[in-house]
Amino acid sequence: MQWGSFYALIALGYTLVYGVLLLINFAHGDIFMVGAYIGFFIATLLLGHYTAALPFALSPTAIFVLSLILTMILTAGVGVAIERVAYRPLRRKGVSRLYVVITALMCGLILENGNLALLGASRRSFPELLPKAVYTVGGVVISNIKILVIVTTILVFLLLETIVRKTKIGMAMRAISYDRMAVPLMGIPVDTVIVFTFILGSSMAALAGVLFATAYPVLEPYMGALVGWKAFIAAVLGGIGEIRGAFLGGFLLGFIEIFVAAYFPSTLRDLIAFSILLMFLTVKPTGIFGVARATKI
Amino acid sequence: MKKMLWIMALSLIVPLCVTPASWSADTIKVGFNIPLTGDIPKVGESSKFAAEILKGEINAAGGLKVGDKTYQLEFIYEDNESKAESATATALKLITQDGVLAIIGPQSSKQAIPAGQVCNDNKTPMISPWSTNPKTTENRPYVFRACFLDPFQGPVAAKFVTEEFKAKKAAVLYDIASDYPKGLAEFFKDAFEKIHGPGSVVAFETFTTKDKDFSAQLTKIVASGADVLFTPQYYDEVPLIVKQAQELGWKKPIMGSDSWGSAELMKLCGDACKGYCFSTHYAAAGAKGATKEFIDKYNTKYGYVPDDVAALTWDAINLLFTAVKNTGGLSGNLDKDRDAIKDKLTQVKDFEGITGKMTFAPGGNPTKCAVVVKISDKGEFEFFKSACP
Repeated sequence: MQWGSFYALIALGYTLVYGVLLLINFAHGDIFMVGAYIGFFIATLLLGHYTAALPFALSPTAIFVLSLILTMILTAGVGVAIERVAYRPLRRKGVSRLYVVITALMCGLILENGNLALLGASRRSFPELLPKAVYTVGGVVISNIKILVIVTTILVFLLLETIVRKTKIGMAMRAISYDRMAVPLMGIPVDTVIVFTFILGSSMAALAGVLFATAYPVLEPYMGALVGWKAFIAAVLGGIGEIRGAFLGGFLLGFIEIFVAAYFPSTLRDLIAFSILLMFLTVKPTGIFGVARATKI
Repeated sequence: MKKMLWIMALSLIVPLCVTPASWSADTIKVGFNIPLTGDIPKVGESSKFAAEILKGEINAAGGLKVGDKTYQLEFIYEDNESKAESATATALKLITQDGVLAIIGPQSSKQAIPAGQVCNDNKTPMISPWSTNPKTTENRPYVFRACFLDPFQGPVAAKFVTEEFKAKKAAVLYDIASDYPKGLAEFFKDAFEKIHGPGSVVAFETFTTKDKDFSAQLTKIVASGADVLFTPQYYDEVPLIVKQAQELGWKKPIMGSDSWGSAELMKLCGDACKGYCFSTHYAAAGAKGATKEFIDKYNTKYGYVPDDVAALTWDAINLLFTAVKNTGGLSGNLDKDRDAIKDKLTQVKDFEGITGKMTFAPGGNPTKCAVVVKISDKGEFEFFKSACP
């Protein structure tokens, strides 16, 4: 469940950007990594591990909440910066979507290797901010961090679902996805909406990053790559561009992986898990909630 | 015009083909094939730091005296990114482009096994300080190591958990995609089942490199009723495994192998790893003699206690120089000198290393002792027991 939540949280980011721009933002997994690192630095700064100590002492839980919020803001900035520097010029030139996808891959590599060059290859350990508690409910062992992760994912899902379905800006997002040429004619500021999408997507990645670092407290520059790929698969499984799909797809992928590891030799985990997904996609190529697009792009 | 182009092309290609077989006369070049980035960057860092101290000392004293000539040392550090394919490319580059006399490294078996093949094919002596998988040196006259082997370490661990924890059932969790943990897990299983009978390893669980969630495997292990968990993983995975096991209710001992012994383990693992044991090459806490001297030198220069990789790298370089000295003089011809060093390495007897006494025979493997280390409440690696062949 916890593992699936991470897939779901990151898949939500993929899906948001794809839904609006029809762009697979392959840098998303690395934005997740950047989020985890920013969270690490803010948390250690607030804990007073550097020379600049806070004049007042905060409780670890307060530090956790504070660093979570700050990380989300800063990481959203990173996401917006990438959009501004890499994607917007390409969009202005109206190049094919293929080039934008390649640019996204490149951005991800730059983030990974930039981190490697800047901070070195050593692993970092995320400080334990939340007191750990383990509950046993009917033979199932569950920790409070797991509950927190799962609840957060559900809340984020509900929040995004409301934004996209119920608010004006959500309507604009859906409109851009439907027809990007006609939307500016209606007086909708396209760039603002796209920036808003990146803010949302990146802060979700940051949230996932900090929660991930809390649950698995070893940070490394390449941590985003594999999780990012799998979350992308989860997003496709659920039907990319659909928020409900990303949510369900993430949990489904996590569930299948853990289920296979629990009942089969764990060597076969990825083989069986992805064979199931492949069969599923053969039957329903657009994913669970996906609708085949009839419009010509 | 066409002729001109041909001549130009030829004049570019010819110097590339004819690389000089002799080398600069008054330096000895040694190549280091080590992981400075990738999964285990700390391993590369400690190898480099240990080598730097040794190089500084010898060069400051005037150089290395071989026969009647003194040579300055030149160490070339190449990053193999902790990947098998990069390790072979790095080895090839060091041998052909840099023209090194010998290679130290790679450190982990995953890279040392393929790189060993390259060095052997190119007739260049290679000493892996840390690779414990038997395949590294098997049928390769030019490949050596400075540590004990997994067929020795596995039984040491199996015997230790039997005697110390009175374990009758054991569980194993390892990475199936990496040569070192896979080999060691199998040797441990064989040895443990030899003592307690077939089926006494009640859970033999695997995962693949880069996995971060082990809850499915660990749930099975906790439910299996094993008395001890053996997990021969590297220091970046150990904290995750240990913490998740504890969350799932594991309260019994966890046993590790020499890959735990990095200086970074306690930084990443914190309190969760205290009290656990692992088999390794040397214990830093309470060391004496030359070992203590080395630890102090390293600690004053770099600010932390060196791990086993640093100590083994130190020994590997000294082993190499012992062999170089024993040749009685270098001819200046790389092929001849590399061959002579290989022959002398197989004849090293009672070498006093800081990780113990070593004696070599043809085959490239030293006979030496292992120690079991316990992580103390202060987070230090304390000597607990020693096991000799």
